[in-house]
Amino acid sequence: MSSHRARFLTIGISAAVLSAMLAACSSGGSGGSNSPPATKPILIGASLSLTGDFSADGQAFLRGYKLWVQDVNASGGLLGRQVKLIYLNDRSDPGQVVTNYTTLISTKHVDLTFGPFSSLLTTPASGVAARNGYAFIEGAGGAPSVFTAPPNEQAHNVFDVSLPIADELVPFANWLSSLPASQRPKTAAYPMADDPFADPPVQLTQSMLQKAGVKTVYSKIFPAEVPDYAPAATNVAAKNPDVVVLGSTDVPTVGAFIKAFQQQHYTPRIFIAAAGPDQGTAFTSAVGVGNASGIMVPNAWYGGSPNPESQKMVAEYIKIYHGTPSGINADVAEAYSVGQVAQQAVTATNGLVNSKIIQFLHSGVTLHSVQGPVKFDSLGRNGAATTFIFQWQNGKFVQVLPAGAAGSVKILNPKPAWK
Amino acid sequence: MGTELARAVINGVLGGGIYALMAVGLTLIFGVLDIINIAQGVMVILGAYLSYVLSVHLHLDLFLGLLITVPAMFVIGVIIQVAFIRPLHGSERTSMSLLASYAVAIIIEGVLYLVFGPNYVTLNASYVTKSVALLGFHLPYIDLYGFGLAVVLVAALYLLLYRTRFGRSVRATMQDRTAAMLVGVDVNRVAALTYGIGVAVTAAGGMIFGASGGGFNPNSGYDLISRLLALIILAGLGSIGGALVASVFMLTVESIVDIWQPSWSIVVFYAALVIVLLVRPAGIFGRQAARAQ
Repeated sequence: MSSHRARFLTIGISAAVLSAMLAACSSGGSGGSNSPPATKPILIGASLSLTGDFSADGQAFLRGYKLWVQDVNASGGLLGRQVKLIYLNDRSDPGQVVTNYTTLISTKHVDLTFGPFSSLLTTPASGVAARNGYAFIEGAGGAPSVFTAPPNEQAHNVFDVSLPIADELVPFANWLSSLPASQRPKTAAYPMADDPFADPPVQLTQSMLQKAGVKTVYSKIFPAEVPDYAPAATNVAAKNPDVVVLGSTDVPTVGAFIKAFQQQHYTPRIFIAAAGPDQGTAFTSAVGVGNASGIMVPNAWYGGSPNPESQKMVAEYIKIYHGTPSGINADVAEAYSVGQVAQQAVTATNGLVNSKIIQFLHSGVTLHSVQGPVKFDSLGRNGAATTFIFQWQNGKFVQVLPAGAAGSVKILNPKPAWK
Repeated sequence: MGTELARAVINGVLGGGIYALMAVGLTLIFGVLDIINIAQGVMVILGAYLSYVLSVHLHLDLFLGLLITVPAMFVIGVIIQVAFIRPLHGSERTSMSLLASYAVAIIIEGVLYLVFGPNYVTLNASYVTKSVALLGFHLPYIDLYGFGLAVVLVAALYLLLYRTRFGRSVRATMQDRTAAMLVGVDVNRVAALTYGIGVAVTAAGGMIFGASGGGFNPNSGYDLISRLLALIILAGLGSIGGALVASVFMLTVESIVDIWQPSWSIVVFYAALVIVLLVRPAGIFGRQAARAQ
């Protein structure tokens, strides 16, 4: 028995070491030095989920970072030096992301660190940056738990250039609450994936809609890692709610609910998901353009944004990767914004001293990005971000809320039947 | 409550059929080769992608496509066994096979990423989103077909193992590899063919998985492997019929828990495994019993 255990332990350790080596081998660049001469490139380190559960988002983030590096180098670089991105694959693993940032800082000697994808990975990653005195500028760690993590409360080194997610569904809840009683939905369901990103905005929405008289018929959290969401979706469909507010983290979660709803002959009048529908063609190719119609999602950016910087980025993206503005994953803009904010901080401080960069970013200055203005509060949340609700309408991803805001078009209500 | 419970049982039984399709190859391979095939989850996804290619590019019906994907996966399985598993010898063979199959999983996953990228895809057909109404419940066609396919494949494997000369060689190898060699069984051939059959059956599981879920990408197999391993351990390692029974049982338990608190379903899934193993350490159809069938 003990020899069997020893054997399993050996195999387990071997597998862990092997996988760690494989992860490290997927580095996107070479190492750097501690005090590079002025001619050497500025090294920027990031851990990205190139494989694993977040791989679709991780790959989109990589595109955003690369696009920014390409642009900044084309315009002469930072402080007159070229910029080089060094990225390691974290396989969507919170343990590996810690190892990766330790490697980037201690071995690769990067000058700046950029964030990974997801709140789940940002929280442990930012702790490594805090211990080493690095500013941690990121674009996809908007959950409240990221900002209230003890390392950030002490070091104040996290800076999320995107939308803080806790309030991201507020325009949606406000819209529903403002409808005349005769048009207002009567019932709502709130299925949520067990994830720090997915739950807070949905729970806030539930509380707001209940106050507006919308009865909750289903509110449950399901495990984020199960391969099959059909039972939860079937249970929601059985309640026949007017509104479904889905606390999703990715495309397959939304896809599974859509498929189960179709099988159960149930179409919600209003369907919004916390994440998934914002992933452009990655979403429509999985669920079908017809089925996407009427589905909403909160975000701060979309491919059709009138922001001139965004339009420039979209044009460059399409030139390289082809497709349409609606097909661009919002992760690309989030990653690109990280680079833009870092660029402004480095330029303003005229150096790569992270303590000065942290001080500058906390100075109350308003910065710009493809997602709009960026202004950090004491915990690094972007207080200047504007929340929008977007909707798929006939294959196009359009802004619909707040109603009357610049760029908003008429909301498609009720949602069309499944195709 | 009665309606909810009935719906949960239906979901569990139908979902169990799908899991049996994915697990039966795993237990067959273990039964004959004493190998825990960590690559099984990725094999499921490989099967799903092969169906995807035939469906999207050749417009072949998903079930018709199995006529191509099952033999293709059989060939892939034989190649993997000959290249990665057969060279392993000695007392560490079983444990080393964990690493070998993990390497196979990483290689296949890497190739799938290169070919298909990280974005999720799904398998489509007219019946995938449709259901039949029965006693007030909507039963998805794809789940019904998947369950039927699972029963047919388990029965076919049973007949192959217990009614054919090849099956006798397989069972002899399962019971005692050395003794089987002494009586003239070509155990290397049996091992390669059995591995091939185990992987070939997984093609059907992959197709049903890809069609019934919300989408898959090259990484999706890793969420499956721990559950598949739990199912075949519960069934009794090596038991073909047990894989179907255990899948239906576990998925039904999970589905019933979903009614009250979905976040507990995974906990209950593994707790049920522990409880059953405390009562029957060798699983429902324990290894000895399975081999003596």
